[in-house]
Amino acid sequence: MEPVPRNLKILTGITIVLFLTALYMVFIYAPREAIMGDVQRVFYFHVAAGWVGALAFLVTAIAGGVYLAKREPKWDRLAESSVEIGVVFTIINISSGSIWARPIWNTWWTWDPRLVTATIMLLLYFAYLMLRQGIEDPDRRARFGSVYGIAAFISVPITFLSIRVFRTIHPVVIGSSDPAAEGAFDMTARMVQALMFSVLTFTFVYATLLRYRIRLGRGTEEVEKRKMELISL
Amino acid sequence: MAEGVGAVSGVGRRSALVGYLRVVGAIVSKDIAAELRSRELLGSMLIFSLLVILIFNFALELDLRTRQTVTAGVLWVTFAFAGTLGLNRSMAIEKDRGCLDGLLLAPVDRSALYFGKVFSNLLFMLIVEAIILPLYSLLYNVNLLHPGLIGVVLLGSIGYVVIGTLLSAMAIQARTRDILLPILLFPVVLPVLVAAVKATTGILEGLPFEEYQAWLSLLIAYDGIFLGVAIVLFDYVVEE
Repeated sequence: MEPVPRNLKILTGITIVLFLTALYMVFIYAPREAIMGDVQRVFYFHVAAGWVGALAFLVTAIAGGVYLAKREPKWDRLAESSVEIGVVFTIINISSGSIWARPIWNTWWTWDPRLVTATIMLLLYFAYLMLRQGIEDPDRRARFGSVYGIAAFISVPITFLSIRVFRTIHPVVIGSSDPAAEGAFDMTARMVQALMFSVLTFTFVYATLLRYRIRLGRGTEEVEKRKMELISL
Repeated sequence: MAEGVGAVSGVGRRSALVGYLRVVGAIVSKDIAAELRSRELLGSMLIFSLLVILIFNFALELDLRTRQTVTAGVLWVTFAFAGTLGLNRSMAIEKDRGCLDGLLLAPVDRSALYFGKVFSNLLFMLIVEAIILPLYSLLYNVNLLHPGLIGVVLLGSIGYVVIGTLLSAMAIQARTRDILLPILLFPVVLPVLVAAVKATTGILEGLPFEEYQAWLSLLIAYDGIFLGVAIVLFDYVVEE
């Protein structure tokens, strides 16, 4: 396997620096929220992880479309890598939200539209991974993965819409907030900066992980190929 | 089939359309003929539906008061389960007997194959529902044969089958095929089930039309969006 390319090393370094700064911003720079206290600090990584999950699945849908048009394996590698990272960040999003909800909503879980949508999104991409696992032929696996990646991504907003009709208690911090939402708060300038910074940082984490995962995918394919050569000898 | 192909190469849009519809019709009539001879699909879907209702009866203690609030849910869970059974079987028949390869060799538009399977799957699902609805009415002494409710059942079934046919064509080609379809289908089809259950509840409780109109619009929008998606993507599922 080829050594880690220089630009990926630089990207990794930048991500580490950004992440350490983000930790500083979240825990020290951002002020303590008056009513909720320190548990509110979960919010910065919660939103950032949710953003990366959505971004990752968008990338999968687009990469799937490009694969179906061009039939180059690299696009399918991108789609699959992105799903795996998206699943991890969606789990971080849901569990960090749950940790926040315990003291604020007084429950780990509630059947709120946003929570349900995030969970269904997670199940959709678990199904995506299971579909891929069940198919041996790489070409067919790539095609089916692309098709399901597109269909799944289109269904997420409709799912959200369909359960949104029930009243939501999830706070809308960015944009206008429903006064009925439990745990809504007004952000100070420093809080906004910390949030923006952690979203940026998580986007870098995503990009870095994606590069490594794609590299791993290429390596796996190489091993498969060598194995086949060995068998055919 | 040969006539259909002749019509496609013939002049004029009209004859092309006739040829296209003839291909769709040929697939539907093939499925009906196969079902009339084997009677394995409808029979198992029906028995299965009855079993699901029976289990619900004991699990939920369907007495008079609970019944009114859960009927819509029980019905749609039953249809969804029976639907996966039907979709799986209808695609497995094509795959196992090499019928799918034969269909793909035919020089016809792939989307005609898709529509053919959609129509026959929808037909089987509607037949099951047409038997279950009056039977449920009879067993639980509620009248489900309301024209609005039949409309909701039709819209919900269209949405279910439109995306189910696409996904079952994929699931059937995987190693884990029988267990894969519900896992692939349910999270995608969830908005249809939510909207259908809500609209059905609205009708059963005799609410004014405005109360559940939004759910009907959502159902129609979903049917349209996923029909479009499935038509575009089906080609990629059945190539080779």
